[in-house]
Amino acid sequence: MSNPQLIMYDEEFKQINVVLDKLLREANAKVIFLVDKNGQLITGCGETERFDTTSLASLTAGNIAATGGLAKLIGEKEFSILFHEGEKDNLHISIVAGRVILVVLFDTRSSLGLVRLRVKKASEELTAIFTRLLEKSEEKEKTGDSEFPFAEITDDDIDNLFS
Amino acid sequence: MSFINYASREINCKIVYYGPGLCGKTTNLQYVYQKTAADAKGKMISLATETERTLFFDFLPLALGEIRGFKTRFHLYTVPGQVFYDASRKLILKGVDGVVFVADSQEERMDANIESVENLRINLIEQGYDLDKIPYVVQYNKRDLPNVVSVDELRRELNPTGVPDFEACATTGEGVFETLKAIAKLILFDLKKGK
Repeated sequence: MSNPQLIMYDEEFKQINVVLDKLLREANAKVIFLVDKNGQLITGCGETERFDTTSLASLTAGNIAATGGLAKLIGEKEFSILFHEGEKDNLHISIVAGRVILVVLFDTRSSLGLVRLRVKKASEELTAIFTRLLEKSEEKEKTGDSEFPFAEITDDDIDNLFS
Repeated sequence: MSFINYASREINCKIVYYGPGLCGKTTNLQYVYQKTAADAKGKMISLATETERTLFFDFLPLALGEIRGFKTRFHLYTVPGQVFYDASRKLILKGVDGVVFVADSQEERMDANIESVENLRINLIEQGYDLDKIPYVVQYNKRDLPNVVSVDELRRELNPTGVPDFEACATTGEGVFETLKAIAKLILFDLKKGK
């Protein structure tokens, strides 16, 4: 399958949040989200409570998927950066490590140039973390050393979800 | 593919409702939305035309509760059913964990159903999935209408492999949650098997 399952562990999750917090400060951004290409929110920082993060994640992924489709039609691999300019707020969307989407929301207190510069630096750090993460889950799978929570799941567990 | 987050103890899965135009995919999601408690659902997003035909997708996030201490979330998507939106349908299948095929039981829609199942199979292959291997259920919708094909015939044409199937009337909600529950179950058991 093209994309293996994404599994997030505590250690990497903390490292990712450190990178995003730094990016938020250095780029003077309002909010930053990290979204899986399948539309699932991984994490966010800044004024996240002001936004419907789940919807934002799914629409961003849809957006990236649609522009990716456009790119293929004209013979490009992908468009790795998207920029949406609004009256007050702007969105800078970029693909990191080929599989996650970094969304930076900023206003007039920052600028596109600054955001692009800082995103580039942060992307490198995030790529390193995601590469380690992937290796880690592959390794755990090989050694069978996974504390997978659903191994013991029963019919009743699932029925309870819908009760 | 599902996303497992050990840090926030969450599991997210993606379910796609597939089927021919006007078969009731969006209606399925709308019913689930109406009947789900406010704290268990997010906002439903519909990217639709002015005439309420789905243009890109509908999206409904559900947080049903916890299993073994993990918050279990399902993200429900529909595809645009109309034939010419094929490029969009392919995109929505990316990273899918389970598929619900919604069939229109009316006689005159039989060809459209068959075409749509074939289209589903082809589009899944393009994304690296095999319809016979992923969690998959079929729903025979619009059972309340007068000109419907018998379930036996629908089953023969649309469900030769005998996956779980359900009769439904999405406007009144009959069969809607049974379908959702069945696909959720298959996905969770599939996750368990994978480990």
